[in-house]
Amino acid sequence: MSEYVLETKNLGISFGGLKAAQDVNIRIKKNQLYGLIGPNGAGKTTIFNLLTCVYKPTTGTFYLDGEEMKGQTPHRINQKGIARTFQNIRLFNNMTVVRNVMVGLHNNPEYKCSVLESVLRLPRHFKMEKAMRERAKELLRIFDLEQERNSLACNLPYGKQRKLEIARALATNPKLLLLDEPAAGMNPHETEDLARTIRFIRDHFDMTILLIEHDMGFVSELCDELTVLSFGTVLAQGDTKDVLQDPEVIKAYIGG
Amino acid sequence: MRIGKFKLNHYINYIVIGILTLVLSVMTFTGSRFDNSLLFLLEKMAISIILAVSLSLVVGFLGELSLGHAGFMCVGAYLGGKVAVLLAPALGNGILTLLISLLAGAAVAALCGVIIGIPALRLRGDYLAIVTLAFGEIVKSLFMNSSDESFGGTLGLDTPRFDKKYLFIIAFVLVLITLAVVQNYIRSKHGRAVTAIRDNEIAARATGINVTKYKLLTFILSAAFAGIAGVLYSFSNYTVQSIKFGYNYSIEILVMVVLGGMGNINGSIVAAALITWLNTWLPTKLTGDLAVLQNLLYALILIVIVIYNNAPALKSFRDRYNLGNLINKVLKPKADPSHIKDDKAKWDVVPTKISMDEILSIDMKQQSGPDPEQKGGKR
Amino acid sequence: MEEILSTLINGLSLGGIYAMIALGYTMVYGIAKMLNFAHGDIIMVGGYLIYVFMATKNPLIAILLAVVGCVILGVTIEKIAYKPLRGASPLAVLITAIGVSYMLQSLAQIIFGSATQMVTVYEFGAVKLMGATVQISSLVTLGVTVAVMLALTLFVKFTRLGRAMIAVSEDRDAAQLMGINVNGIITITFAIGSALAALAGLFYLLKAPAVSGTMGAMPGIKAFTAAVIGGIGSIPGAMLGGILLGMVECISYKITAIAPYTDAIEFSILILILLVRPTGFLGKKRREKV
Repeated sequence: MSEYVLETKNLGISFGGLKAAQDVNIRIKKNQLYGLIGPNGAGKTTIFNLLTCVYKPTTGTFYLDGEEMKGQTPHRINQKGIARTFQNIRLFNNMTVVRNVMVGLHNNPEYKCSVLESVLRLPRHFKMEKAMRERAKELLRIFDLEQERNSLACNLPYGKQRKLEIARALATNPKLLLLDEPAAGMNPHETEDLARTIRFIRDHFDMTILLIEHDMGFVSELCDELTVLSFGTVLAQGDTKDVLQDPEVIKAYIGG
Repeated sequence: MRIGKFKLNHYINYIVIGILTLVLSVMTFTGSRFDNSLLFLLEKMAISIILAVSLSLVVGFLGELSLGHAGFMCVGAYLGGKVAVLLAPALGNGILTLLISLLAGAAVAALCGVIIGIPALRLRGDYLAIVTLAFGEIVKSLFMNSSDESFGGTLGLDTPRFDKKYLFIIAFVLVLITLAVVQNYIRSKHGRAVTAIRDNEIAARATGINVTKYKLLTFILSAAFAGIAGVLYSFSNYTVQSIKFGYNYSIEILVMVVLGGMGNINGSIVAAALITWLNTWLPTKLTGDLAVLQNLLYALILIVIVIYNNAPALKSFRDRYNLGNLINKVLKPKADPSHIKDDKAKWDVVPTKISMDEILSIDMKQQSGPDPEQKGGKR
Repeated sequence: MEEILSTLINGLSLGGIYAMIALGYTMVYGIAKMLNFAHGDIIMVGGYLIYVFMATKNPLIAILLAVVGCVILGVTIEKIAYKPLRGASPLAVLITAIGVSYMLQSLAQIIFGSATQMVTVYEFGAVKLMGATVQISSLVTLGVTVAVMLALTLFVKFTRLGRAMIAVSEDRDAAQLMGINVNGIITITFAIGSALAALAGLFYLLKAPAVSGTMGAMPGIKAFTAAVIGGIGSIPGAMLGGILLGMVECISYKITAIAPYTDAIEFSILILILLVRPTGFLGKKRREKV
């Protein structure tokens, strides 16, 4: 068992001649709330795509709990313990809210049920379905979505869609949760609510969270440590307070 | 509708078809004689329902288009028919021969599903459509050019004659089996994974769903049932001719699925029965060049229904005049709480902001850029 | 020797026809991101229009009117059937396109009857080339296709409109933000594709002077195969794929043992190409947006 839940070593990727990310070294300890910030186009989402094996890194590698994860497929990486949300929400729009979460429970060994067992409708199928539904409802309760569990995901208001995406990611029982701009498009009241929820997830699920965010207030209030990216490279790294006072970071944000 | 824990709409198709089968078989065994053309129509309807329900699995639930359904059926028909021809002298024209040939037809069609599915499912949806179409043509051509001893070549393969009086009962039992397997599959965690893939493949992957496995499994299941329908066809018609299983037949099955409402199994069943009946009834009314009017009708059904159900501009209209919504309104006058809670209008503008962000961010531009594995500059 | 030469030339000319159709497929696929199933049937409409307008006894006028007619038809189909579905799932668009294809075929059979009609556009005659008899029409087909391909390449590379097309094919939303009229570009693409299909219809008539309602279906599918082999979205790729497929077809027809399996061979090539190199010979890989 490694000291760090996530450790990247010189992680980098280039598209043709363009270096979208290079020499990114991030270390996240267990139970940490870690922020990844930077101006538009700094390569934050690219890092997420590398960590979820959507892209193959050109250089470097990364470890989850000390195990090398480079070269996995996106669904395997999820099963290994990295779950994510998307910048542009990706829900299963034509499925109900509760089913969205139940898809997240699909690979959980507690709810194992083979295709044959389902098709033959053996007792196990009914038992597992019931258990999954109960578990999904529990998760929805945490996110205050239980009332809407039977409406279609696409009919939820925007803020709740974001929450549902987090609930679905949590359902996969990850070791590390990646949140891609969870507060984007939310009003101050909803942002506050979200910050509370994220903290609750960290404590209640003993979760390690890496999040991308633009809202500085949100980040400074929430994160223990930060990495600032600019044009694909790490600009600053360390405790939130120190990093936010770094003149380089201020320059990158305010423009100089 | 729910009666206690029992969901009527989940089981209505079993009940209707089950009762129909029961009544007809009781009548048969008590000595009622049906007109041969009626028996033939019933068999054809059963075949169509199996085909439509199995295609619906791929088109409606997986969200991929297969244009080779008739090809899988053709494989099943020939192989099942051949097995029956070989077994009939030893086992007679009885139920045992029929069962073994059904299994053989299903197995070989499923195998073809694997062979076609592996390359095609890794690719974009359009490619699957064209590959399955190509598969259908290849199969047709191979059987058409087969030697007289193997599969009868252009003349086709004659199959043993199974007692017409009982064949439709077996056909309807097979319909029930198909429904049970398909619906149990769809209404399980596995079916949920399949619909998740349809709704958002990237999100499904990120949620840990093994997309390749489920796509392949669904495709194979669909092919296997097409094979079963093929074997039934070979017994129902006494002969199999590859020319019958062309592109047009695949389209006809697709029309059934689309007319029934994609992803709606009950709809597919009704549409399959209706189209099969139309196919026997229309030719008596339309003769000569007018026979083509039938094809025109199918074409228009495809275009109009798909545009009506999918055009983004018609969404509000659809929501207002949706049959299901109307029924819901009558049954429960109270609106769904999720619609009134929270200010929905305010968030309607947000997605535009997000897509702007996306366009400005570097991640977007990389998408169309050269592949990282391909060394070298831009085109 | 003579036979080999004439087979090669036949292959090249058939390949030219496939390339002509494949160009239309490739452009529409690249820009509108849809597989226009009805593209093959535009060939058939082109054939029938030539058949009708040959009443003027002037092949050039007949061809011109047929091209104009096909362009109008192609654009109309795009406006009525495909445009309302922009933004809908690709599956819906694909099924609609199949519906349109089916509709054109059945309409043609209703209007002109299901029997094949004969029409002679122009008798070019034949020449002796190194001992082999070569139809001049084959050479014309090949020449026109190469010219069209070159013209299209230059058009896309060096005109404003052409560059706008590339922009739309790369990223529709971004192109729209840059002030490009995306709907206009898609309409123009369909117009060009339909004009090419009309020409392909003409070449078919030069090869075999007969029109029927289903004459476009098979060439349409094969030309799509050609477009995939060459790499969908690539103009030279369509040419390469077309010629390759035409060659395979003509050579296969010459070998008695495999002649009946020609279609099966061509489609097997498609499946094989997709298995080993899904982007075709000259296509480029696309990455899905995350």
